[in-house]
Amino acid sequence: MAETSKTPRKRKPGRPPKAASGASAVNDLPAKDELVAMYRDMLLIRRFEEKAGQLYGMGQIGGFCHLYIGQEAVVVGLQSVSKPGDTVVTSYRDHGHMLACGMDADGVMAELTGREGGYSRGKGGSMHMFSREKNFFGGHGIVGAQVPIGCGLAFSHKYRDEANVCLTYLGDGAVNQGQVYESFNMAALWDLPVLFVIENNQYGMGTAVTRAAAGRSLADRGAAYGIPGRQVDGMDVLAVRAAGAEALEHCRSGKGPYILEMKTYRYRGHSMSDPAKYRTREEVDAMRKQHDPIDQLRDVLLKQDVTEEALKTMDSDVKAVVLRATEFAQTSPEPDAAELFTDILLPVGGRTASVEG
Amino acid sequence: MAIEILMPALSPTMEEGTLAKWLVAEGDAVRSGDVIAEIETDKATMEVEALDDGTIGKLLVAAGTEAVKVNVAIAVLLEEGESADAMPASSAASPPAAAIEAPAAGPAAEAAVAAAPAIVEAVGDEPVAAGNLNEMTVREALRDAMAEEMRADDRVFVMGEEVAEYQGAYKVTQGLLAEFGAKRVIDTPITEQGFAGLGVGAAFGDLRPVIEFMTFNFAMQAIDQIINSAAKTLYMSGGQMGCPIVFRGPNGAASRVAAQHSQCYASWYAHCPGLKVVSPWSAADAKGLLKAAIRDPNPVIFLENEVMYGQSFDVPDDDDWVVPIGRANIVREGSDVTITAFSIMVGRALEAADKLAEQGISAEVIDLRTIRPLDTETIVNSVKKTSRLITCEEGFPFAGVGSEIAMQVMEQAFDWLDAPVARVTGKDVPMPYAANLETLALPQIDDIVATALATCEGFRGA
Repeated sequence: MAETSKTPRKRKPGRPPKAASGASAVNDLPAKDELVAMYRDMLLIRRFEEKAGQLYGMGQIGGFCHLYIGQEAVVVGLQSVSKPGDTVVTSYRDHGHMLACGMDADGVMAELTGREGGYSRGKGGSMHMFSREKNFFGGHGIVGAQVPIGCGLAFSHKYRDEANVCLTYLGDGAVNQGQVYESFNMAALWDLPVLFVIENNQYGMGTAVTRAAAGRSLADRGAAYGIPGRQVDGMDVLAVRAAGAEALEHCRSGKGPYILEMKTYRYRGHSMSDPAKYRTREEVDAMRKQHDPIDQLRDVLLKQDVTEEALKTMDSDVKAVVLRATEFAQTSPEPDAAELFTDILLPVGGRTASVEG
Repeated sequence: MAIEILMPALSPTMEEGTLAKWLVAEGDAVRSGDVIAEIETDKATMEVEALDDGTIGKLLVAAGTEAVKVNVAIAVLLEEGESADAMPASSAASPPAAAIEAPAAGPAAEAAVAAAPAIVEAVGDEPVAAGNLNEMTVREALRDAMAEEMRADDRVFVMGEEVAEYQGAYKVTQGLLAEFGAKRVIDTPITEQGFAGLGVGAAFGDLRPVIEFMTFNFAMQAIDQIINSAAKTLYMSGGQMGCPIVFRGPNGAASRVAAQHSQCYASWYAHCPGLKVVSPWSAADAKGLLKAAIRDPNPVIFLENEVMYGQSFDVPDDDDWVVPIGRANIVREGSDVTITAFSIMVGRALEAADKLAEQGISAEVIDLRTIRPLDTETIVNSVKKTSRLITCEEGFPFAGVGSEIAMQVMEQAFDWLDAPVARVTGKDVPMPYAANLETLALPQIDDIVATALATCEGFRGA
C-alpha cells in the first residue's frame, strides 16, 4: 500500500509556539530574587557559550562543540524548581545543563579545552562531563542513550524510597530512537519518578522536526503508555518554571513519568562546524528578536523595578566569571601523559561505599 | 577595552579561508549575535557573529581577501564609550597573544607513554575452601551466588526477562523472587536496550544491578549501552563515575537453534577496555566468580553456557567463596603441550587430554576462567614448560580469543615455542541448523586431539 489516507498536520519550524503561552499566563510571579537568579543563570550560559564558540573558532576547543544559545530558559526554568537530590542527565548539548546544575564554569571550560582542570580531567570533552556532587550524570554522546540511563537513575530514587526525580533531557532528534520508547514503557510500567524533557529546538542537526517526526506533537509521544505530556513555550522561562513545577510534583508524588515538550530554538548551528544552511537568517532573527528568553525576562525584571544599573552590574559579573573560566581553561596544563592509562578500571574494593552528598 | 575579532575556524581542520563579505561598516553599532561577515572555505560558507556588544572600530581585512589565516585579527570592536584611539596598536594581521599554545608534550614524554605498560592490577589470591564440599549444578551455584550477595548487600538487585515469576528462562534465578520480593527481582518486558541502559543508570545511581540476558545473542540489542555507556564512562569522567554492574546470561553454542541463537561473544567484549569478561566452567568457579563480579566496582560481562547449567561439580559450602577475576586455573598438569580453554571447552579439553595420554602425550589444560584481564602469566609459564600451545574456543577463528593468546605468547615466550601456536575454534560460518552440519561447525574433542598430535608430531625430531 503506497498510499495512506493520513494527512499529517504540518508544523512550520521556527514558528513561535502556541502552547502554554508566555509570562502573561503566569499570574503569580516568583519572588524578585528568584527572577534575578534565573536571569543571571541564563546570562551566564549565554556568555559562556559565546565564549566557547569564540575559543572553538580560535582552535582552542577541538572536535564537536554543541552550543545551547537560545535554549537557556529550558534548563534554567526547570532547575529553578528542582529539589536537592534530584538528578539530571542529558545528551551532548550539555554545557548549559552543567552550569544550571551549579557546576563550576572553570571546570567546564577547561574540559572544553582538554585540560587537567576540566571536570573529566581532559578525557571527556564537550560531550562527556559529570559531577556526582551536583547530581549531574552526563553528558552522553549517543543520541537517545541517556534516556534509559535517566530511567535507571529514577529507578534508584524509587528503590531507596527517595522523594526525588530524575530530569532526563532529550532533543527532538532523539524522540525517534527506539530506546526512548523502551524507556517510556518501563517508566510507565513501574511508575518511575522521571521527567522526560524534550527540548524541541526544531532541528535534529539539519533536518526539520516536521521532516523527521510523524504525529501531531512530541508531547503526545507517551500517550500509548499513559504518560501525560504537555507542550510549553520553552523560550519563556516563567512558563517553563510553572510547567516544570507541576510536572515535577506529579513525578515526585509517585504518579510516574511525565513528558514536557519544550518548544525552543537554537540560534547557532547543530555544532560549530554546521553553517546552518537549512534555515533562513530571517527565521533565526525573528526568534531572536521576538522570543529571546533573556530579553523576555529582562523586560519582566525592569517592570519589577530592577534597575538598568543593576542589570549592567550583573552583566559585568557574569562576564568576569566567563573571563576567569577562559583564563583557567587556557592556562590549566594538559593532562599528564600518564593519564592515558588511568581511569579504565576501578581497583577491586574501590568505591564500594555508598556515595552520599 | 577594544576587542579584536579574529578569523574563526569553521572546523578543527580549517587553517585559512576567504573573507567573502563584510555586513557591517566602520562605525556601525553591533549586538552580540549580529552577523558581521561571511567567510568561505572550499567546504562551506559561514556567517561570523559578533561576540560582544559594541561599535565596529576598524575593519582590518578587506572583503574578498583570500587565504586569511585562522586567528588573525579581522576587525576591532570598541566597547561603549571607547574611541578608535583605544584600538590595540598591534592590530595588524598577527595572531593575538591570547591564543595560548597548548604546551606540547615533548618526544621524550611521548616515548615514555608508548613504552608504558597497561596498568595491571594485582589479582587476589585463589581462595581456600573452608567448609565441606557439596555437589551442585552450575545453575544452582549461580543462583546461590546471587542470593548470597543479595543477602549481604541491599543494593544488589536482579533484572531481566522471566527472572522473577517464571524463575528464569533457564531456571537460574529459581527461588529468588520468593526470598527477595518483586522490588529486587524484576521481570522486564522484552526490551534489551532499555533494561541494559536502565541498569547502567541504576549503577550510576549507586545500586548494584545484575542484568540477565536470556541469552547473550539478545545483548546485541543492548551493545551500545554496554560499550558506550557502561564501559567508557569511568574514563570519560576522569575517574568520577564508575559503573558497578554485571551483565550475565548464557553465551556460546546452544543446541539446534541455528545462527542467531548460537554464538560465542567472548572476543567481542574482550576487545573493549573498561570491561571485565568472565566465562567459568565449573560450578565452584561459577559461584566464586559471580560473587566477585557482583562485588566488582566495574562492569563485568559474565558469560555462562546453557549446556553447562545442568552439570554437577563439588562446590565449597562457604558464603565467602570468592574466586578472583583475572586468574586462570591449571585444571590438569602436563609437560608436552599446553591447551587453553574456557567455559564448555574446558571439559572437552580435559577429555582430549585423556585421549592424548593414551598416545603418550602429556597435556596441560588451563581453564582461563577470565578472558579479560587475561592471565597471561599462567599461560606463559605453562608454555615455558611445554613449549607447545593450543587454544580452544567455540567462537569464530578470526580475531578470536585464540588469536590474542597466540600474540601474547609470541611477545612473551617466542623463544620457548617449539611449534607454531595452533587454534581449535568454531568454523568461520554462521551456525547451521542441521545436526550433522552443526557438529561439523563446532570444535569437537577429536579436533583438539588431532591438533595436539599435529603440533607435537610435526615438530618431534624436526
